[in-house]
Amino acid sequence: MDPNLYPLLFFVFALAIFLGIELIAKVPSQLHTPLMSGSNAISGITIVGAILAVVVEGSALTRILGFLAVVFATINVFGGYAVTDRMLGMFKAKGSGGSK
Amino acid sequence: MSGFSQYAYIAAAILFCVGLKMLSRADTARRGNRLSATAMLIAVVATMLSSGLSYSWIIAGVLIGGGIGIAVARMVKMTAMPEMVALFNGFGGIASLLVGWAEYHKGFSNLDAFGSLTIVAIYLAVLIGGITFTGSLIAYGKLSEKLPGKPYLYNGQQIVNAIIAVAIVSGGIIFCMNPTVGVAYFLFILAVIISLVFGVLVVIPIGGADMPVVIALLNSYSGLAACAAGFALETPNTVLIVAGALVGASGLILTNIMCKAMNRSLANVLFSGFGSGSTAAAGAAVTGEANPVSAEDAFLILESARSVAFVPGYGMAVAQAQHAVVELGNLLEENGCEVRYAIHPVAGRMPGHMNVLLAEANVPYEQLVEMDDINPIISTIDVAVVIGANDVVNPAAREDESSPIYGMPIINVDEARTVFVLKRSMNPGFAGIDNPLFFKENTRMLFGDAKVSVGALIAEFKELA
Repeated sequence: MDPNLYPLLFFVFALAIFLGIELIAKVPSQLHTPLMSGSNAISGITIVGAILAVVVEGSALTRILGFLAVVFATINVFGGYAVTDRMLGMFKAKGSGGSK
Repeated sequence: MSGFSQYAYIAAAILFCVGLKMLSRADTARRGNRLSATAMLIAVVATMLSSGLSYSWIIAGVLIGGGIGIAVARMVKMTAMPEMVALFNGFGGIASLLVGWAEYHKGFSNLDAFGSLTIVAIYLAVLIGGITFTGSLIAYGKLSEKLPGKPYLYNGQQIVNAIIAVAIVSGGIIFCMNPTVGVAYFLFILAVIISLVFGVLVVIPIGGADMPVVIALLNSYSGLAACAAGFALETPNTVLIVAGALVGASGLILTNIMCKAMNRSLANVLFSGFGSGSTAAAGAAVTGEANPVSAEDAFLILESARSVAFVPGYGMAVAQAQHAVVELGNLLEENGCEVRYAIHPVAGRMPGHMNVLLAEANVPYEQLVEMDDINPIISTIDVAVVIGANDVVNPAAREDESSPIYGMPIINVDEARTVFVLKRSMNPGFAGIDNPLFFKENTRMLFGDAKVSVGALIAEFKELA
């Protein structure tokens, strides 16, 4: 690809790092577990790269590697989001249901 | 890739950010997580619009992975959450490794000239992805107690690790200079294997009690691996770079918070083999007479208490005592007592683990109090009930300069009017450090399994009613 685009990509990367730090820095410790499993689910974004590897043309090995990557990344994505949702469903404010 | 996909990626990136922001407040967290899942869906759909994809393979992969992921997520017990997150995290890592490999294989067989950035990114995706994968599996093993939780140390361990690190860097430089010659593929496979081995080697010397830090760090790695995979693609992918960087940064922040909560540096956590027995032998020996208390006497004190703070630790999770503890808390509340649950940031095997367990047992989050909020008022608390926690309430961290945990912020339960410690025996905690709390004048030891002890207290209350 065009090397002239490299600085732009690093620019995006650097800003995203700062944004991540700002977004997370003030999270109360009671939410750390769901935050961790929620952000863990986001790291399953590598599924996008996995999908792009499963192309019709090209060698069988590329396709197999891509296929396996899709499987693992989807476990990460589905499992991560589902488990986070289950956890957060348990956090209740006082008087908002529950068997209390 | 079409222009439409690029705009969809921007929308996904924005939704990831908003979702993460909403995850930081208890009342919006669930919606935030769903927003983030929506962002993922948008990114995946936009990617599927690319030309030349083999849809049958992709859909088969999604169905298999999705089925496994959802089934596991539904079945897992809340006490097992730390190892579950570690396992999912490892899968993200191996996926990034495979993406890097697929990219390399594609370019290698087409004899493309790799861009310099592309080939470095491929190497990094494979390296970080591989370390994340096996490192997470070891963390999973230690957390689920399928592997011994104790640090595994041997002579020259750090030298071995340093040599491997040098080999990884120098091998990487040679590989990236000439990525398309025949021997480069051999070097590449070697790098895959070394990264997998290295992931094992760097996590085995870390003790089970330090796993919260390790998971946070590996979480960060899996994000960075995804980020590297984004740079490695033929057309670098912005949504991978942005989402990966967000996770990388948030993992680092959490790692830092965990280290601060233990008053240790990251280097100390990673390299010291803390809790192996050699370091734990330090610290003044504590002697004295512990005061045991029977369930009946403990009940009488609790019954007249006007404020009680429960301080849970990993032992509560092991004994599966959270529901019993909350039942006792509710009985105390009905008795006119103010009940709080004071939670240390690193209690349990994962940051915030205790909050999840108590939330599962229907404790409203207003009753869950953080360390910094309970400590200023702890002297007004009638009874502090320590359940399965040890190091996070150890006053040696405040008083004994020779203690290995000196300087670690703790919940000052010893300053409460009375302290009950629910414990199986007098054995020291996970880190093997003596706890002078057990010998304080205002401490009463309630020996036995936490669930059974709490059950006995509940029975006393019910008898009264």
